[in-house]
Amino acid sequence: MALLEVRDLTVTFQRKGSAPFNAVDGVSFDVDPGQTVGLVGESGCGKSVTSLAIMGLLPKRGNRVGGTVSYEGTDLLTLSDRQMRDRRGRDLGMVFQDPLSSLNPVIPIGIQVTEVLERHRGMARKKAMVEAAGLLDKVGIPDPTRRLTEYPHQLSGGMRQRALIAIALAVQPRLLIADEPTTALDVTIQAQILALLKELVTDSGTALIMITHDLGVVAGLCDEVNVLYAGRVVEKAERHELFAQPRHPYTHGLLASIPRLDGARGERLNPIRGSVSDNIPWDTGCAFAPRCPNALEVCTQVTPPQEDIGGGRLLRCHNPVRPGTPAVEEVSV
Amino acid sequence: MLRFIVRRLLQAIPTLLILSVLVFAWLRSLPGGPAGALLGDKATPEKIEALNKVLGLDQPLYLQYFKFLGRVLTGDFGNSLISGESVLTEIGRALPATIELSITALFFAVALGIPLGYLAASNKGRFLDNFTVIGTLVGVAVPVFFLGILLKIVFAQNLGWFAPSSRQSADIDATRVTGFATLDGLLTGEFDATLDALWHLVLPAVALATIPLAIIVRITRASVLDVLNEDFVRTANAKGLTGQVVRRRHVLRNALLPVSTTIGLQTGLLLGGAVLTEKVFVWGGIGSLLAQGIERRDYPRLQALILLGAAVYVLVNLLVDISYALIDPRVRA
Repeated sequence: MALLEVRDLTVTFQRKGSAPFNAVDGVSFDVDPGQTVGLVGESGCGKSVTSLAIMGLLPKRGNRVGGTVSYEGTDLLTLSDRQMRDRRGRDLGMVFQDPLSSLNPVIPIGIQVTEVLERHRGMARKKAMVEAAGLLDKVGIPDPTRRLTEYPHQLSGGMRQRALIAIALAVQPRLLIADEPTTALDVTIQAQILALLKELVTDSGTALIMITHDLGVVAGLCDEVNVLYAGRVVEKAERHELFAQPRHPYTHGLLASIPRLDGARGERLNPIRGSVSDNIPWDTGCAFAPRCPNALEVCTQVTPPQEDIGGGRLLRCHNPVRPGTPAVEEVSV
Repeated sequence: MLRFIVRRLLQAIPTLLILSVLVFAWLRSLPGGPAGALLGDKATPEKIEALNKVLGLDQPLYLQYFKFLGRVLTGDFGNSLISGESVLTEIGRALPATIELSITALFFAVALGIPLGYLAASNKGRFLDNFTVIGTLVGVAVPVFFLGILLKIVFAQNLGWFAPSSRQSADIDATRVTGFATLDGLLTGEFDATLDALWHLVLPAVALATIPLAIIVRITRASVLDVLNEDFVRTANAKGLTGQVVRRRHVLRNALLPVSTTIGLQTGLLLGGAVLTEKVFVWGGIGSLLAQGIERRDYPRLQALILLGAAVYVLVNLLVDISYALIDPRVRA
């Protein structure tokens, strides 16, 4: 049994005065201990909402969450607020996108680390401080004892993200969700943070859900990749397979749109045309059809079903990219 | 921190200096003068001229101002034209009454305003919130004197729960120590005097507290709503912290920053409200000195009172800045 099994997760936003809208629409995936699963897609494809739904962090009003999220057999969606609070931080940890705004500006870093230890380990403040210094050291923050007394604005961006990782991993949760953990950081720091995450996850056998729009991150870290478009998984594959042979035109487009250093001089960039605002609703056809270079007439009339195309791959497309179409080389971190 | 305080105190000097010029010029531009007011019906142009000469008001304005300034720097604000007493003695006698009233009102406003604002924010859109929003709007809009008279009629005259006017009953023979009626009773062991003073204090304090209370509720509500949307609150929830810790440590502390500014500004406005409230409840504090001073054009008394008010305002806002620095480490840097 997988550590986490997400089945048909659906999140419906119900705002007064507007029609209900499925931000996440029947998403399913498994995460095994020690495995890294990527959720990839553009802004607005539902990847962050998926992670917040798993964590039970969506606002209680204005949303309806359906499906099941079972963690070691317990459906997290059926737990009470109190029961979820006991699990968050202990069983499930989360690292967020913007480390500056994700840390409380008026509380020293030390307290922000120790409060997790006090909450879930029942540690006294003094003992927790010693442990916290150890944690900061482990995530590569130099001079940890001094840093504990400092405030978030006194730390660099990379250090703040390291501190957030230390907080998320303080109680050694078995599942870590990282929501675009490197997006707000300098490129040089991004690689360091990814390496750190990889190391920590490998060492402790933590399962990791990596949410990103950056295929470089996927290439460097993920074992399995779910490509999301407009709230649905359009393609699921093992990492090497996906890079070697993307089948969904959207995945293909994402890979083709990465600028290449070894490309010919003056080579044009290959963006995906249009934007998510061009989508059509899934129940009338394929949401990606208006932007899709492979679109057929059927694409705007019939919703493509999710099909098993062998090798553990799932695909939702009427007219997939043919095997043999110039593939894009795997990018490595 | 000490340098910060000293710098702010030095900044207050030009503020007060400029204000002294304005007050001086403003008072003398009012129609009529102290001579006319003192002489009343018996005033003839000759008599007024003679009296002005005695009072030194026949000299050029700039000379009068520099004389005034010179005396103020030695701590002499002159004598009241009405009582002939030193204005500082007069003010010293009336000040405890006003301070007692203002502090009680401020205490009501803060002690009720912050929890109410918080409660409204955490019940946003529900009955309690709507009720608070509308209630505070009414609170802000009702003039102090109107509310004061209303409270007096209902709770003093009709119901007889509280005293209608004055600071203490005439039959209470209280010993004066500090001039604060409630405190004196405690210090001398005359607890009946303290109780009697409190019985008198309730209605005027409620009347005076209404506007600042309403404003503090509204600012707290808005500020808490802002903070609830902050990323670090989501982080705190992701750690699994109990609701109480999230509210106290993460939400309230950040939400109090704008509230402390508001409290400072309201304290300044409280002085204005106190004048009206004192008039309604025959309180005998600074308010009656001021009202009488304006009617009789008592320049020295008014100058001293207005400058005193400004000094209090500057001081309170210095306290606000200090509290800001204590709450927010980013300001300290």
